[in-house]
Amino acid sequence: MTNHWRDIKNADLILVNGANPAEAHPVGFQWFMRAKLDPERGPGNGGGAKIIHADPRFSRTSAVADMYLRIRTGTDVAYFGGLINYVLQNNLHHEEYVKYYTNASFIVKEGYEFRDGLFSGYDPEHRSYNTSTWAYEVDEHGFAKRDMTLQHPRCVFQLLKQHYSRYTPEVVSKITGIPQEDFLKVARLVGEMGRPDKVMTIVYAVGLTHHTTGSQLIRSGAVLQLLLGNIGRPGGGMNAERGHANIQGNTDNAISWDILPGYLAIPAPGERTLDDYVKEKAPKKFDPHAWNFFGTNYRKFMVSLLKAWYGDAATKDNEFAFHYIPKPAGNSSWMSIFDQALRGKMEGLILSGMTATSIGPDSNQVLQALSNLKWLVVMDAFPTTSSEFWHAPGMDPSKVQTEVFLLPCTHWIEKDGAFTNSGRWVQWKDQVLPPEGQSRHDHWILADLFLRIRELYQREGGKFPDPIMHLTMNYKDPRKPELDEIAQEINGKDLVTGKRLSTFAALKDDGTTMAGNWIYTGFYPESGNLARRREGVQDPAKNDPTGMGFYHNWAWSWPLNRRVLYNRASADLEGKPWDPKRPGIQWNGKKWVGDVPDYPPTMSPTDPKAWLPFIMTGEGVGRLFSNSMLDGPFPEHYEPMESPIENPLHPQVSASPVAFLYDKAAGRPNRFGTPEEFPIVATTYRLTEHEHYVTQQVPHLVQLQPEAFVELPEGLAREKGIKNGDMVRVRSKRGMMEVRAIVTKRLGQLDLGGKKVWQIGIPIHWGFVGISAELYPEKSRHWLANALTPFVGDANARTPEFKAFLVNVEKIG
Amino acid sequence: MATLTRRDFLKLAGVSVGTLALSELGFNLAQAYEVKQALRIAGATQSHSVCPYCAVGCSLVAYTRKEADGTVRLLQIEGDPDSPINEGRLCPKGATAMQLAVSNRRVEQPLYRAPGASSWQKVSWDFVLDKIARNIKDTRDRTFVTVDEAGHVVNRCEGMAFAGGAAFSNEEGYLAVKVMRGLGVVFIEQQARV
Repeated sequence: MTNHWRDIKNADLILVNGANPAEAHPVGFQWFMRAKLDPERGPGNGGGAKIIHADPRFSRTSAVADMYLRIRTGTDVAYFGGLINYVLQNNLHHEEYVKYYTNASFIVKEGYEFRDGLFSGYDPEHRSYNTSTWAYEVDEHGFAKRDMTLQHPRCVFQLLKQHYSRYTPEVVSKITGIPQEDFLKVARLVGEMGRPDKVMTIVYAVGLTHHTTGSQLIRSGAVLQLLLGNIGRPGGGMNAERGHANIQGNTDNAISWDILPGYLAIPAPGERTLDDYVKEKAPKKFDPHAWNFFGTNYRKFMVSLLKAWYGDAATKDNEFAFHYIPKPAGNSSWMSIFDQALRGKMEGLILSGMTATSIGPDSNQVLQALSNLKWLVVMDAFPTTSSEFWHAPGMDPSKVQTEVFLLPCTHWIEKDGAFTNSGRWVQWKDQVLPPEGQSRHDHWILADLFLRIRELYQREGGKFPDPIMHLTMNYKDPRKPELDEIAQEINGKDLVTGKRLSTFAALKDDGTTMAGNWIYTGFYPESGNLARRREGVQDPAKNDPTGMGFYHNWAWSWPLNRRVLYNRASADLEGKPWDPKRPGIQWNGKKWVGDVPDYPPTMSPTDPKAWLPFIMTGEGVGRLFSNSMLDGPFPEHYEPMESPIENPLHPQVSASPVAFLYDKAAGRPNRFGTPEEFPIVATTYRLTEHEHYVTQQVPHLVQLQPEAFVELPEGLAREKGIKNGDMVRVRSKRGMMEVRAIVTKRLGQLDLGGKKVWQIGIPIHWGFVGISAELYPEKSRHWLANALTPFVGDANARTPEFKAFLVNVEKIG
Repeated sequence: MATLTRRDFLKLAGVSVGTLALSELGFNLAQAYEVKQALRIAGATQSHSVCPYCAVGCSLVAYTRKEADGTVRLLQIEGDPDSPINEGRLCPKGATAMQLAVSNRRVEQPLYRAPGASSWQKVSWDFVLDKIARNIKDTRDRTFVTVDEAGHVVNRCEGMAFAGGAAFSNEEGYLAVKVMRGLGVVFIEQQARV
């Protein structure tokens, strides 16, 4: 989240897309209700915030929203694009913010164009874009040329207006299935949010990420927010509701193929030196007033990380052990792992608290992939559909040669350490219980394994052992590191004084500092572990003096305990808050006060050298136009890979032209279905009572939601002769489920410009492992939702298209 | 009567009952004190945790008691009223987190499944750790690329992958990444991707 959970109470309007917070983040949802039910807020209104929920399914969130719109899954670019068009056509954008705080005035160079569904630079043979035309016109210093009148035909503002002029209410309705009058009601409410004294937030979850256009679905909301001037303000922002207790923290710590801790990039093979790497990867400055903080300090963060990992073996003479960092050949993301296994190139896999079979996508292909491995290690407290894959329904164990290890691990409550929530708040937890029985901590297992491997290399030699020999394991007991010791390593210290650092501004690139993760530097300074702090609502007057919900002394948020990112943009050019009733930061004549400023604390707004507000980007401003995306500088609507219709905007380029087609590239048979064979649109979803798959082991929760089901709209059920509670078979090109049907009004039919299409919903939580599976071994053979989903993902992130695919449904027996 | 918070009440209830005047509270605490003596959490140690399920990050208060045989028993988990995030509230998952923590369905000891076998064998930690270390070394030696076809130094291990971590702490995740990158692993992923 750019903002955080409690901050949502500050909003005037809350758009919820691709999310169902009342059910998936119920306790966080109290802040939406507080915004809605608070009669004292709202300038001049005396009323609370409005909630607008756009979702394929009517859920508990919809039930308390002020407006619910049934939207076709995966069409949010059309929805937000239509709102962008409405705002621009009616001049409802926040003029000053757009002019000074976004790249609206930047001029794009000649050669950029969008025509017939493709941006300039498309290479059909490689299904990719050469993005060199998606660039600014620059002067002799490399700075972008700008037109502050926003009239130049190639300035971002005019290109944006032109791009979204196609997203009329009629087109929006044709693509999304939302009736025009309903869309216009939303547009009118959203159109008010460009006023400086109003603020809107967009809240989203995997309903936006789980698509081949996921990154652009999200970005289209962000572009709208920049036009309305809502980024950087309390009650504003783009708020991603993440799914797991520490998915945020472990994204920050880079359990991800393409990054290193703190969102540094993993180096690429062509980057021969540390200097090459920094030159390639650090953002470039496009405006003299852009601080370009990340780009400017990139080398310091990377060298400090290398010092943390390689200690004295990382010196000026060996480029601080830069070459010890592995450089991937190409995309090495989640699906690529199983693709490599299917190609016979993956020998082993370690799964720690994550079950591949249930997650998929295309669980049958995943099972095949796991069978191709030489060895599989599952680290978990309970058996999973991955640890038990070799005797899953339909598998013949005698034909599966994979060696499988199941290592019992401790629970969250049996160890201390910090979880970082969706709002970037880092909260330390106590060790409440000792490890149960023979279970061991994940970090002790990995440390022990690593040291055994090091011993093997010491004894036997082998391929390039240097990084293994020199990796720092400077813990009191290297086989049993304490999480407190690791926390201090993450924070970082001055290697000369030995003192822990209180800010990443102190990091250097000369080898005298170390920090495991620069964005966490300052959470554990010399004064102690700030993530342990508990100054909360027991004393609101003392702990939240501004009343904005910052609670700066409860735990710690990255970076530097800032609660709202980009908060310089919450104040105007003179440093006065756009909305004095809801200030983020403001200039008091000497310094910035309020939240922790996302800006130099004493830099005057009227200083002619003052930095632009978005200090991390090379432009210094928010990016309406961005060349960092692989599928386009502006979000564009593309159909899901499996779709019931052709793209109304450009039928000849219907789905994403750059989403990577794994099966095709590997020469495997096609696994995409056609609307003729599979006419029904399916989406997956989650229940309050279950969390992925582990809760199948929790008796109370299984009692509440015991059995796998699919949710069907009444009209479709009638067509198929299916009654509520009947057993049905749901099939896609890839597999099938056999489950109970729940027939409801919550789903329905969409009218896509005359073509009628049904949408159904499939909760993901069941498989062949768990309390219910044990009670019903025959029934649970076909409970895996991801047996249906397609093995294809977002062009940028390769997040699988779990939420939009085609199926057919029939009654069984 | 002044407004009492739950916290104040519990503090008062710990004070010797005889010293509290009826007028201070408006009712006699003696009976309530006796009831508290019988509460499950009487004499328990309070610790602070965070819910292991979603990313709201609800704060938990956990009550434990050391038993006569030296074991630590978890008595209760509830929401922490001081948290600015959840203010004491929990959803059904957080509210039943005790059943996740204390469960007879957990894997009791390391298990090993040999190639082609149709059942698990119970084994020791040393057995699995030695075997896995051997597997990793052999896989790494077989699939490590020091210099790629274009002549670039890449130092990567292509044949193994690590995935997971959305439910363990920052410190564990950081160590996992450090160790895996130290081995040269490039296929590193977690739930964030999916």
